[in-house]
Amino acid sequence: MLKRAPALFSSLIATTTLMFYNGVFAKAGDDSEVGGGLGQLNMPQGVTDVSEAAFEVHMLMMWICTVIGVIVFGFMFYVMYAHRKSRGVEAANFHEHLGVEIAWTVVPALILIGMAIPATSALLKVYDTDNPDIDIKVTGYQWKWQYEHLGAGIKYMSEMRTSQDEIWGREPKGEHYLREVTQPLVIPANKKVRFLITGNDVIHSWWVPDFGVKRDAVPGLFTAAWARVEKPGLYVGECTELCGKGHAFMPVVVEVKEEADYNIWLTEKKEEAAVYASTIGKQWSHAELMEKGEKVYQISCAGCHQPSGDGIAGVFPAVNGSAIVNGPADGHIGILINGVAGSAMQSFADQLSEVDIAAVIHYKRHSWGNNVGDLIQPADVLNFKNAQ
Amino acid sequence: MAHGPAKGLGRWLFTTNHKDIGTLYLLFSFAMFLLGGAFAMIIRAELFQPGMQLIEPEFFIQMTTMHGLVMVFGAIMPAFVGLANWMIPLMIGAPDMALPRMNNLSFWILPFAFAILVSTLFMEGGGPNFGWTFYAPLSTTYAPDSVNYFIFSMHIMGASSIMGSINIIATVMNMRAPGMTYMKMPLFVWTWLITAFLLVAVMPVLAGAVTMMLMDINFGTSFFNAAGGGDPVLFQHVFWFFGHPEVYIIILPAFGVVSQIIPTYSRKPLFGYSSMVYATAAIAFLSFVVWAHHMFTVGMPIAGELYFMYATMLIAVPTGVKVFNWITTMYRGALTYETPMLFSIAFVILFTFGGFTGLMLSVAAADIQYHDTYFVVAHFHYVMVAGAVFSGTAAVYYWLPKWCGRMYDETMGKVQFWVAFIAFNITFMPQHFLGLAGMPRRYSDYGLQFTDWNMVSSVGAFLYGGAQLLLLYNIVRTVKYGQLIDDPKVWEGAIGLEWLVPTPAPYHTFVKPPVIKEGAVGAEEWLIDETPSYASYKTVTDAG
Ligand code: HEC
Ligand SMILES: [Cu+2]
Ligand SMILES: [Cu+2]
Repeated sequence: MLKRAPALFSSLIATTTLMFYNGVFAKAGDDSEVGGGLGQLNMPQGVTDVSEAAFEVHMLMMWICTVIGVIVFGFMFYVMYAHRKSRGVEAANFHEHLGVEIAWTVVPALILIGMAIPATSALLKVYDTDNPDIDIKVTGYQWKWQYEHLGAGIKYMSEMRTSQDEIWGREPKGEHYLREVTQPLVIPANKKVRFLITGNDVIHSWWVPDFGVKRDAVPGLFTAAWARVEKPGLYVGECTELCGKGHAFMPVVVEVKEEADYNIWLTEKKEEAAVYASTIGKQWSHAELMEKGEKVYQISCAGCHQPSGDGIAGVFPAVNGSAIVNGPADGHIGILINGVAGSAMQSFADQLSEVDIAAVIHYKRHSWGNNVGDLIQPADVLNFKNAQ
Repeated sequence: MAHGPAKGLGRWLFTTNHKDIGTLYLLFSFAMFLLGGAFAMIIRAELFQPGMQLIEPEFFIQMTTMHGLVMVFGAIMPAFVGLANWMIPLMIGAPDMALPRMNNLSFWILPFAFAILVSTLFMEGGGPNFGWTFYAPLSTTYAPDSVNYFIFSMHIMGASSIMGSINIIATVMNMRAPGMTYMKMPLFVWTWLITAFLLVAVMPVLAGAVTMMLMDINFGTSFFNAAGGGDPVLFQHVFWFFGHPEVYIIILPAFGVVSQIIPTYSRKPLFGYSSMVYATAAIAFLSFVVWAHHMFTVGMPIAGELYFMYATMLIAVPTGVKVFNWITTMYRGALTYETPMLFSIAFVILFTFGGFTGLMLSVAAADIQYHDTYFVVAHFHYVMVAGAVFSGTAAVYYWLPKWCGRMYDETMGKVQFWVAFIAFNITFMPQHFLGLAGMPRRYSDYGLQFTDWNMVSSVGAFLYGGAQLLLLYNIVRTVKYGQLIDDPKVWEGAIGLEWLVPTPAPYHTFVKPPVIKEGAVGAEEWLIDETPSYASYKTVTDAG
C-alpha cells in the first residue's frame, strides 16, 4: 500500500475535486428554499444583479483555478510517478533557467489582469447605490435587527422566533429552525431598495445571500447597499460578524411583496401604530401588565438577565432582588430609557414602546422574589421621557 | 569550552544553549497545539448536530477565540521559533544564537503569557469571547472583565516574539561562518530572516492596538468607541496591519522548511534559489499593503476596495513562483517518499489549494458572499494547517534523527501522514461547501440545512485529532526507543552544514567556525574546508 502512495494520493484529490464540482453543476442555486444535504455545494446565484455578478466572478475564478490546478498538479503527479528513484532514474543537477522563470512570473501576471477586469465591473455594481426608490434603515442590536422605512414613519424590531426549547432539544426542531423571525423586513418587488446600515452596540453584519448584500453594521457609521428583487417571496440570511453569544441567533428575514401588497401592508402598519399610540393613555391593570411584561421580558431581557431573573455572575446582574428593580420606579425606567453607559445594558428607548417598557418593568417588580406592589403605566414612561 | 549541559531542572531554566532553547520551544508549542486542538474538539463536538447540546453559546465563542489565539500565538509561531533556534546556527555554521541570554528570556516569558491567557477561562465572566481578531467594541466596551488579562498576555507574547526575532536577525547578520554569503544561506535561514523583519515591524502595531483597547476600557479614552467620537473601523485597520503580515510570519518559515526537504528527497538542488529569495522578499513586502482585504464588507469607498483587491491578487505571482520552483525541483530528480517528503508534497498541494481559494477571496464582489462564512474558515485552515502544521510536522520528522540520534519508524510515520492527510481533507473540504451554502463562522448553532456537512467535518476533526496523538506517540517512541544512528548525513540526498556535524548533534557545534568554499549553491560545493575536530564533541551528552 505504501508503495502505491502517489497513486492513492492522486485518486483522493481527484475524488474530492469531483465532489466539489459535482454540486456546482448539479444546481446553480435556487432562491429562498431551505437547501441542504450533501448536495448543497455551491454559492446560490441569488435574485439580484449584484448576487448574479458575484456568482459569475465566483464561477469564473473557480474555473481559472481549476484549469491552472489541473495543469500544475497534473505535471506534478507525472513527475512524482515518472521520476521515482525506485524506477532507477538518475537525478539531474540543473537548478536555474532564466527563461522559464520569467515565463512563470509574467504569464500569471497576465492571467491576473484578465481576472481583474470582470472583478472590477462586478464591484462597480455593488457600489451602484444612487437613486433608490425607497430607503430602509437597518440597525443591528444585540441580538436582533431594527428596520425603519424612512419617510414612512414605520419602524419595528425583528427577532428570532425559534424557542429556547427547540435550541436545547427539549422540543423537536421546526422546519424553519433559526430561520424565522417575529417580523420580517418587508420590501416591494421591482423597486430599487437602498439599505442604510448601522449598528447600535457592537458590530454586526447584515447578510442576505440571495441579494448579494453583506454589510457590516458598525456603530457610528452608516453605509449603503442595495437590491432590486423581481420575485416576491421570503429570503433568509444571517448575522455574519461575531457580536456576542447571540450571534447565531439573529437571522435576517426579508419578505418581498408585490408593490400593491406592499402598499396595503404599509397602510396597515401605520394604522397599527396609531392604535398602539392610543393605548399609551389607557390605564393598564396588574394582570394585563404582567401578561405583556412577561412576553417582553422573555424576548428582550432573558437572554442576558436569564428567565430566572438571576443573571450570570460577573457579566449580567441579577434583576431578582436587585435594589434598582425594587427601588423607585424612575430609577428602573431610567436604565431602560438611557441604558448604562459603557456596559452591555443598552438603551431600549428606540426598541421598545412605552407600553412594553412599562409592562416589563411592572413584570420585573412583581416576579420571582420581587413584590413592590404598585402599578407602572405607559404614561409614567412617557412622562419620564418628556421630562428628560 | 567543551562542557556539557547542566544537570536537572536548572539545565532547562537557565540554559542559554540554542539547542536546549529550541527543544523547549518545540515542546511548549506541542503542548499548546494539543490544548488548542482540545478546544477545537469541543467546537466540533458542539457543531456535530444542530441545536445546543454540550455547552452554552457564551462558552462556545470563548472556545473559538481561545482556539485561534492558542494555535496562532502558542502553537505555530513558537514551533517555528523552536526550529529556528535549533537549525539556524547549525545551518550557518555559528556556535550559538547571537544573544543567548535574551533567548532564554524570550522563551521563559511565554509559559507565563499563556498561563495568564488560559486562566481567564476560570475567571468570573469567562475568558475572551470576541474572536482571535478581537474587534472593538465587542472586545472593549462589551468585553468580560478578564479582557485586561488578555491584553497583558498579548503584550508578553509580543515582547517574546520581538526579542526572538531580534535575536534571529542579529545571528544571521553577524554569526555566519566565513564564506557563508547571504546568497548561500539555506532557504530556511532566508525565510526566517525575512520573517524576523516582519515580526519586528508588526508586533509593535499589535501592542499598540491592545494598548488602545486598554485605554478605552480603563482610562476613558475613545479610540474605538463611536459614542465618544472614536471609530470601531480604526481598530480593524490597526489589527489587520498587524494581522495580514502575521499570516506570512506563519507561512514563510514553513516555505523555508519545505524548500529544505524537497531537494533532499529529490536528490537535486533547489530550483531557482535566487528567485525563491526574491519571491519571499516580494511576498513580505506585499503583505504590508493588502490588509484591508479582510474588511471588504465594512463599507470602504470603492477606490479603497479596488486598490486592496488588485494588491491582494498580486501576491499570487510570487507565491506561484515558489510553487513552480518546488515542482521543478522534483522534476528529473530521483524521488523517494519518506514521511517528511510526503508531508512536504501534501503541503505543496494543499497550500496551493488554499492559495486558489485565497485568490477567489481577493475578488471583492465575490468576497461579499464568502466573507465571515465557513468558506473563509476552510481557506485559512488549508493554508495554516496543511501549510504551517504540515510543514512543521515534516520538519520534525526530517530533523528529529539529527537531534536525538535515533531514527523514527518509517511505517508509523507514513501511517500518521495518511491519517492526517485524509482526516484533514474530510474536516476542511466540506467547510468550503458549508460556507458557500451560507453558514457563517463563529456560529454556536446552525440551521438544519447545514447538518450533513457539519457531521462529516466533525468526524474528520476527531480523526485529525487522533492523527496528532499518533504524531506524539511517534516522537516519544523515536526519542526513547528509535533505532540508533550515527551517520552525520542521515538522509542520502541531504545538503547543508547541519548534516556535517555528528549525529546526534553535540551540545556545542561549530565552536570553531567552518569555512565554506567558493562555488555555486549546489550539492558538492557545501564542503567544509577546515573541519573542526569532532573528537571533543563525542565526550558531551547529546542535546536530547
Ligand atoms: C445585552 C445584555 C442585556 C440585555 C438584553 C438586557 N440587559 Fe439589563 N443589564 C445588562 C448589564 C450588563 C447590566 C449591568 C450594567 C452595569 O451596571 O454595568 C444590566 C443592568 C440592568 C439593570 C440594573 C440591575 C442592577 O441591579 O444593577 C436593570 C434593572 C436591567 N438591566 C433591566 C433590563 C431589562 C428590563 C431588560 C429587557 C428590556 C434588560 N435589562 C436587557 C445587560 C443586559
Ligand atoms: Cu452577529
Ligand atoms: Cu490578509
